[in-house]
Amino acid sequence: MIVLENLTKVYGAVRAVDSLGLEIRSGEVFGLLGPNGAGKTTTLRILTTLTRPTSGRALINGLDVVKEPLEVKKTIGVVQQNMSLDKDLTVSENMEAHARLHHLEPSRRKRRIAELLDYVGIESESRRMVAELSGGTKRRLMIARALVHNPRLLVMDEPTVGLDARTRRRLWELIRRMNSSGATILLTTHYIEEAEALCGRVGIMHQGRLIALDAPVQLRRRLGLVTVETLANNNHTRYRYFADRTAAADYTGGLPPDVRVVAVRESSLEDVFLEMTGRKVGEE
Amino acid sequence: MTGILADTYSVLWSDLRFLWRNWRRILITSLISPVLYLAAFGWGLGRNITVEGSSYLEFVIPGIIALTAMNSSFNGAGMKLNVDRLFYKCFDECLMSPIRPVSLILGKALAGMLRGLISSLAFLIIGFIIASSMTVNALFALALILTCLTFAFLGVLAALLARSHQDMATFSTLVMLPMTFLGGTFFSLGQLPPFLKIIISFIPLTHSSQCLRAAALGQPFPWLSLLAVTVFGLAFFAGCMLAVRRSSL
Repeated sequence: MIVLENLTKVYGAVRAVDSLGLEIRSGEVFGLLGPNGAGKTTTLRILTTLTRPTSGRALINGLDVVKEPLEVKKTIGVVQQNMSLDKDLTVSENMEAHARLHHLEPSRRKRRIAELLDYVGIESESRRMVAELSGGTKRRLMIARALVHNPRLLVMDEPTVGLDARTRRRLWELIRRMNSSGATILLTTHYIEEAEALCGRVGIMHQGRLIALDAPVQLRRRLGLVTVETLANNNHTRYRYFADRTAAADYTGGLPPDVRVVAVRESSLEDVFLEMTGRKVGEE
Repeated sequence: MTGILADTYSVLWSDLRFLWRNWRRILITSLISPVLYLAAFGWGLGRNITVEGSSYLEFVIPGIIALTAMNSSFNGAGMKLNVDRLFYKCFDECLMSPIRPVSLILGKALAGMLRGLISSLAFLIIGFIIASSMTVNALFALALILTCLTFAFLGVLAALLARSHQDMATFSTLVMLPMTFLGGTFFSLGQLPPFLKIIISFIPLTHSSQCLRAAALGQPFPWLSLLAVTVFGLAFFAGCMLAVRRSSL
């Protein structure tokens, strides 16, 4: 579905994306993780034809995004991080504007818009001005809008950012439903539990490069499925990773008395991320 | 060609909805400046002045129409696009859709042109009430449409090049404001020294004012000025095409 070969984007002296190679399979939910400035958004901007790569290739369904941008645009739906809706229009007018831009035939437009608003559960809001909607409803509208032309690939940049936990869970449900109906989904997120809950595979980017690529559970396994957090006298928290709880218990049993065990818990993708990048997700 | 036109209408559609919903507010706000100019320069200063054989009021009204066309078209195309591009980011949705760049530019510029035409025509009605000897003919209409389109392209160009809202305000202050007062709206070019005439001929509004004034007052029509407006329009359009190609693939 998506093939990136040696993809590089340079802004002045900064290599925002550095020789990125990646393959995303059809039908996958793939998560791209990384601290701010890691190159995730630049990668998405190249894939969505908003930015020209400095070198390398990006292919979607075999189409080169630089050589055949119009064809690529027909096959992708995009949910941007910003609430990129026209605030001067109603919900259904935003949908219609998008349907027109994507050449949906007039006879199909109304039905498709009604179907999608129903699909994301905001059909009762269709006549309301976008400016009056809550953040969650706007995000659902953005998802419905991205689906208008029935894209084979859905690219979502931080789809649940700024939403409360309940709305976020409802959007996860929606993303899972879209994936089970056949859509390939590429998303970036700062919420590590979101990546764990949704993504079959994740790629971790750091300083423009892909530093890890696997299923979340495999990445955790590689690090160690059990984490031990200890606090020494100098108030410095240390993290140690173990294959299982027995190995973790052996370690904690042998600790000197001035080191306190804060937690013995299951390792998370956040631990993997932290170990690989030295930073928390979303940190500058 | 049909594809380009259909795509242009697709881009224009959302602006038409906005225009339909807000036409009263747009009309009233776009008429405030020209009416103030008319009151200050036409009635206040020029009541007893004659210029090029006409009363100053008759002289200044076509100029103010050109000015209204310029400002409304520029702002109508540029300001909304600037906000949509930099603040709401909804212009990215157009860039990510399978619409050709030429249709994107034309759609956004036609929205500005329409707003320019609405405001200019409303002021034209006011002008007729005050100076009923003015005439409106095909050349007047042609010059007005070309003026609106040219400045709408300039608005799109400025909005595509701006990196912040401040850039747009700076452009308005450095380019549009001097053009307002130097573009032959309020004075006759015949009164200027030759070197200043040359400088002022590089201002597109000068040529728009000349064309509209000549058509409205029944003077010989300045075809070269019409050509100049057209050339400015084409240059702004070409600039827009380069800017949009820089913004996306």
